[in-house]
Amino acid sequence: MTEPLIYELSSPGRKGVSLPAVDVPETALPESLVRVDLPLPEVAENDVVRHFVRLSQLNYGVDTGFYPLGSCTMKYNPKVNEDMARLPGFALTHPLQDPDTAQGNLAMMYALQEWLMEIGGFAGVSLQPAAGAHGELTGILIIRAYHHDRGETERIKILIPDSAHGTNPASTTMSGMEVIEIPSDARGNIDLNELKKHCDERIAGLMLTNPNTLGLFEEHVQEVVDLVHGCGGLIYGDGANMNALLGVVKPGDLGIDVLHYNLHKTFSTPHGGGGPGSGPVGVVEKLVDFLPNPVVGIVDEGDEAKPPLYGLVTPEKSIGRVKAFHGHFGIIVRSYTYMRMLGKSGLRAVSDYAVLNANYLLAKLRDAYKVPFDRICMHEFVAEGHWEDAPDIHALDIAKRLMDYGFHPPTNYFPLIVPEALMIEPTETESKESLDAFIEAMLAIAKEAREDPDILKSAPHKTPVGRLDEVQAARQLVLCCRPLYLDQAP
Amino acid sequence: MTYIPHTEKDLQEMLAAVGVDRIDDLYEAIPENVRFPDLDLPDPISELEITQELQALSEANLEVFHTSCFLGAGAYNHFIPSVVDHTLRRNEFYTAYTPYQPEISQGTLQAIFEYQSLMSQLTGMDVSNASHYDGATALAEAVILALNHHRGKRSKIVVSPAIHPHYRQVVRTYTQGMGLTITGDEKCGTEPNEMINMLDEDTALVAVQYPDFFGNITDLSALGEAAQASGALFCVVVNPLALGMLVPPGDFGADIVVGDGQPLGISLSYGGPTVGIFTTKDKFVRKMAGRLVGETVDDRGQRGFVLTLTPREQHIRRDRATSNICTNQGLMALAATVYLSVMGKQGLRKVAELCYHKAHYAAERIGALKGFNLWNKHPFFHEFVVKCPQPIAEINERLLEWDILGGYDLGQDYPDLKDHMLIAVTEVIAKEEIDDLVAAFEEVSND
Amino acid sequence: MEYPKDLKYTESDEWVRVEGNIGTTGITDYAQDQLSDIVYVETTPPLGESLQKGEPHSAVESVKAAADVNMPISGVITEINENLADNPELVNTDPYGEAWMVKFEISDPSELDGLLDAAAYEKLNEEREH
Repeated sequence: MTEPLIYELSSPGRKGVSLPAVDVPETALPESLVRVDLPLPEVAENDVVRHFVRLSQLNYGVDTGFYPLGSCTMKYNPKVNEDMARLPGFALTHPLQDPDTAQGNLAMMYALQEWLMEIGGFAGVSLQPAAGAHGELTGILIIRAYHHDRGETERIKILIPDSAHGTNPASTTMSGMEVIEIPSDARGNIDLNELKKHCDERIAGLMLTNPNTLGLFEEHVQEVVDLVHGCGGLIYGDGANMNALLGVVKPGDLGIDVLHYNLHKTFSTPHGGGGPGSGPVGVVEKLVDFLPNPVVGIVDEGDEAKPPLYGLVTPEKSIGRVKAFHGHFGIIVRSYTYMRMLGKSGLRAVSDYAVLNANYLLAKLRDAYKVPFDRICMHEFVAEGHWEDAPDIHALDIAKRLMDYGFHPPTNYFPLIVPEALMIEPTETESKESLDAFIEAMLAIAKEAREDPDILKSAPHKTPVGRLDEVQAARQLVLCCRPLYLDQAP
Repeated sequence: MTYIPHTEKDLQEMLAAVGVDRIDDLYEAIPENVRFPDLDLPDPISELEITQELQALSEANLEVFHTSCFLGAGAYNHFIPSVVDHTLRRNEFYTAYTPYQPEISQGTLQAIFEYQSLMSQLTGMDVSNASHYDGATALAEAVILALNHHRGKRSKIVVSPAIHPHYRQVVRTYTQGMGLTITGDEKCGTEPNEMINMLDEDTALVAVQYPDFFGNITDLSALGEAAQASGALFCVVVNPLALGMLVPPGDFGADIVVGDGQPLGISLSYGGPTVGIFTTKDKFVRKMAGRLVGETVDDRGQRGFVLTLTPREQHIRRDRATSNICTNQGLMALAATVYLSVMGKQGLRKVAELCYHKAHYAAERIGALKGFNLWNKHPFFHEFVVKCPQPIAEINERLLEWDILGGYDLGQDYPDLKDHMLIAVTEVIAKEEIDDLVAAFEEVSND
Repeated sequence: MEYPKDLKYTESDEWVRVEGNIGTTGITDYAQDQLSDIVYVETTPPLGESLQKGEPHSAVESVKAAADVNMPISGVITEINENLADNPELVNTDPYGEAWMVKFEISDPSELDGLLDAAAYEKLNEEREH
């Protein structure tokens, strides 16, 4: 079941949308700079609509069913968020209009900065980074700037656990620093002995994901922090796993100096098929001056008669701008709506039920699936998609077969330290019935692996397309199509 | 509890299955001294209450439906066909994740493939990635690509001063740890052809904007040839809507074309989210950052789409990745795809021409006013610069009395351009609104 | 799994064949098996470039991994296998023959002593599997 490409639906002379006639005297076009041909499709409006509706029907989203992708926090995306972001008073504001004329926007951004500070235990927040990885780069640049400001330019190494998300080492390299990988111990924590060997005056910092990518809270987090702080380094916190910590612990209280949040994970904004997200960064007092420029501040306190006046402020030793304009305001509106609605008790409940749901799945699946680090997990856990008595079956086959049962598979092959990893994160918005149905499917697949392995190896059977040839895609690169008429003889 | 479906019965059954008495028992690994802080956050409110609160908050802003917007400078008030938002609201599109499981993500994957195709055709390049955060970060990634291409042996980047100030700031932020020389933008009037003399064997990349920040459009062929001769990569920052009418940068010999896709069906939304366009010639595809969708076949012989060349990316290459980008701007790329599909070949050209004619009408009428002088020496697209008789901030404050949002104060970024206003005119502006602007300017300058 | 006896091997899974003072190198059968279907091979340094032992001369990519291919010993590049750009699958089917990657003039023959012979490399891989 496939859908033609938009170019294949095109027919010369077809018009989509109607536009008004020109209502001013025309000016001659600069002929030498005007293009001769514009190879875009020509499709009628209703055909465009059918095309994209049919494409959407080939997709699976959180609104279709359970989506237990570990480390992605695929929770329900509230519809009221969508409506609020589209309010004309928000959607039709220009980033460069005088701040005095955008006080609604700035008040909202200021409040979100304050709430994120409160949740994280920080003294400053920037809403500018566009995504988690962007926030990471920002955070590493802040750490670098801090050390340089103190004259400690020999601090060029960043310590990263081997279980870390790939963006951690990638962001480090982009900022011009060196990666030192630290192994995990048998319980899935950072290996303290290995860590001790590397803590010296060349360390700029350590990147910590806590809970880590195994879904486990670092049991020696205080020692890790003390070791790194002790040699003059700073701690960067990857906040992708905040869904387990809201109202449970503040990363700042654990000793984290700078942390990025993922609004599109923890704070319910939709994943959009690969973005847009938003990756605000929180920092402790000594790093506040280095935040990206600008942040939202109060430029006039106001009084009983008038409200405070908000404005855009440049931090004194800012690392600079990391993005044009102010950040992903449309995403900020959505997460503001969510946080305002849930409030203090609602956010704490998010973590409680995210952690409960994950532990419930762990309890029900641990007999059928090997769980290498088998202790109470946080909001996610990692199981192995492999059995000794079904050696031909890999995590990939289990994932593909799950689609036949109507589920999106868990995250595959990450973290790298668990072979055949299946990282499962249910989130708090799944009901017990939803979890029970998933458990039933997983148990059925474990049985099929022994009794009918071929049905796994050839899965999926019930999806719009079957397994795709990724080798061919990479060997014979076809990354775009061209309008047919360009290749036809005149 | 908001968005949490568990009943008391569910809770008890689940706690029993896990083997603990209370949820708090699950947090044993958290150090006691920092556990369960009392957060200073407001109490919960209902959906009804939040809608009332935010409706009021949104009304504390001035917005461009009730105001005539002549402000551009990298974000533009354009007509967005209704089809675009209806498509973005399809749950299967916006609640889906990155298409790592292609069998149930063909909608997202094919839409991105179409986006890549449209961007390649529009810019005259061979390949496009699945999007970057915005035009500014796309330019920064172009710089990184050039550095990788030269394997670290070249460390000079030449940039035009007529590239958006935010974009140049982002490039400097991104590269602050790399020991580069970034030059060329010291004087605000430097033209592309004057940059030819700045190229040498240490130049990794030369970048210009088209139309430039001041609206100017010039033939970039000479600079393109000079870049090729010196071995530097040639990067052009574009307004994709202008490419509905203008010669694409591929024709000038561009190696990389980047830009911001906000004009293509994406609302202003106080500056974000938008979409970063990143297109290159074939030979750079493996150095390109970001996701790529490729065509292939499935085990039933059907055409299908997958993420490809993933070993370049962070989740495989890690510290050797070409970039750290993970989440990109998927839904906004979809918006641009739908916009271009429904506008089509004829519509995009027409929108571009409407902007062009209205802007030129405005420039002519304003330039004829006493005290106002048109600054541009080249043809321009839909933005132009006017030297004004008073400080821009004062003029703009007065213009609000006529419900007009005035243009950008260039003095903020270019000391030589104090009292110069950058005015944008798009297809949504009616002739009467331009005439009102002219009348308002006249009155303000007479005071 | 093949381990031709006339070749020498590195711990990073490269092989070298010595003919006079010319060395030929590529990746081993074990390496191609680990990477699975190779989709791309790229050799970067130009002819005449002098590289040290351990410096990368090429990169191989499969759908799930990418790896650098390093010089087994120091040398000056004399020839690059142009065939691999269009036929990367040769690395999987004939890693020691048609899928040679570069030929080079050996700078320091004594470096060969530090490499593994076929038996030692095979033993190394058996240990790795556990």
